[in-house]
Amino acid sequence: MREMAGLDEGAPLFAQLAGRLAEEIADGGLAEGDRVPSTNELAAYYRINPATAAKGINVLIDDGLLEKRRGIGMFVAAGARRRLLEERRQQFTERYVEPLVAEAARLGIDTDELVGLIRAASHAEASYTQEGITL
Amino acid sequence: MTPAISVAGLTRGYRGHLALDRVTFDVERGSITGLLGRNGAGKTTLLRILAGQEFPSAGQVRVFGASPAENDQVLRRMVLIREDQVYPDFKVRHALAAASWCYPGWSSELASSLLADFGLPPDRPVKKLSRGMRSALGIVTGLAARAELTLFDEPYAGLDAVARQTFYDRLLADYAEHPRTILLSTHLIDEAAGLLERVIVMDRGRVVLAAAADDLRGIATTVSGPVLAVDDFTAGHEVWERRQIASQASVVMVGPLGEGDWARARSLRLDLEPLTLQQLVVHAAAQPAETTNAGSFAAAAMERTSA
Repeated sequence: MREMAGLDEGAPLFAQLAGRLAEEIADGGLAEGDRVPSTNELAAYYRINPATAAKGINVLIDDGLLEKRRGIGMFVAAGARRRLLEERRQQFTERYVEPLVAEAARLGIDTDELVGLIRAASHAEASYTQEGITL
Repeated sequence: MTPAISVAGLTRGYRGHLALDRVTFDVERGSITGLLGRNGAGKTTLLRILAGQEFPSAGQVRVFGASPAENDQVLRRMVLIREDQVYPDFKVRHALAAASWCYPGWSSELASSLLADFGLPPDRPVKKLSRGMRSALGIVTGLAARAELTLFDEPYAGLDAVARQTFYDRLLADYAEHPRTILLSTHLIDEAAGLLERVIVMDRGRVVLAAAADDLRGIATTVSGPVLAVDDFTAGHEVWERRQIASQASVVMVGPLGEGDWARARSLRLDLEPLTLQQLVVHAAAQPAETTNAGSFAAAAMERTSA
């Protein structure tokens, strides 16, 4: 079985790689100004063709999320994280809220009950996170 | 620059049987291409012709712009490693020394480090090696040759999964440092898929698909669930395969999925599973000879590229 460090065969690898790197930037794992692994490092880690890795990197360069410094490497551009979080925020309704509301309607959960469920879940998440910090 | 490999109308017949039937494709320099297909599809014959070890019945073969047949200038720029490579009565280190004289780009350092990776004892006679060890010796030779054109024909008979992963990793690492043109014939598509920039799929002597590997990922999806929902979801799409049992159906549908499709499938209670490269290749090779849908693959891949 192939081992592509979490990439799968269901979609173009270059797009999945670009998505992974964007996630890392959005989550702060790669901070602005950080050097991004080279094409060859990414190819070795994900066990993919270097040309595919380069294509993934180029998507992020074209989007202005990464910048190339000649002879040194690729770096996370200033403002990249803010832009990615902004994009995610815009997709939030479509990706999460709409399916949630649709499924709730199918199950006969009305809006008040749904809001209550969200409150309860958000309460649990907050205490979980706190526990995580005290550990 | 001229392509590393260019074949046109390449045909090879054996007593009324066509091993290769008007094969046409190019391989650009500096890429890893997978040569895929079932046993008997013509892959070995094609590689042997490229390496000048066999002659075409008709058609044209060009390697670095020239015919490889009895052409030393071209042959010394390439290496062919076969499934069951035959060696004279040598020790491992003699076999490697002999190889080092044949290939101008030979790297002794790479050969030594690969010997260690595969646990090959340099002083063991080749005849006393297990089948897997002999395959490993072929792989060491093929990689350390650093030939401009490297042809691997199912090079891993008898190698276990760990050793095959070593092969893929070392191939990728050395290729990254020393780019060259690699053509890898394999039926272990799932394992090698990530390495391949392009794929050429052969079936019954013909090329049924030649495309960038990444363009094929996600171009078709298996849609499963209640039959009415499946038919609703797949309406207007080309369908490659349809199976049904009672009120459940499973359909292979062509066309990339959008964000909205996933949400719609969820609300229709459908399972979506994009086809892997391996499944696509199986599908391409399974078409009846006269109705190969290389055309529809190509169209689907184009749709992806322009999307």
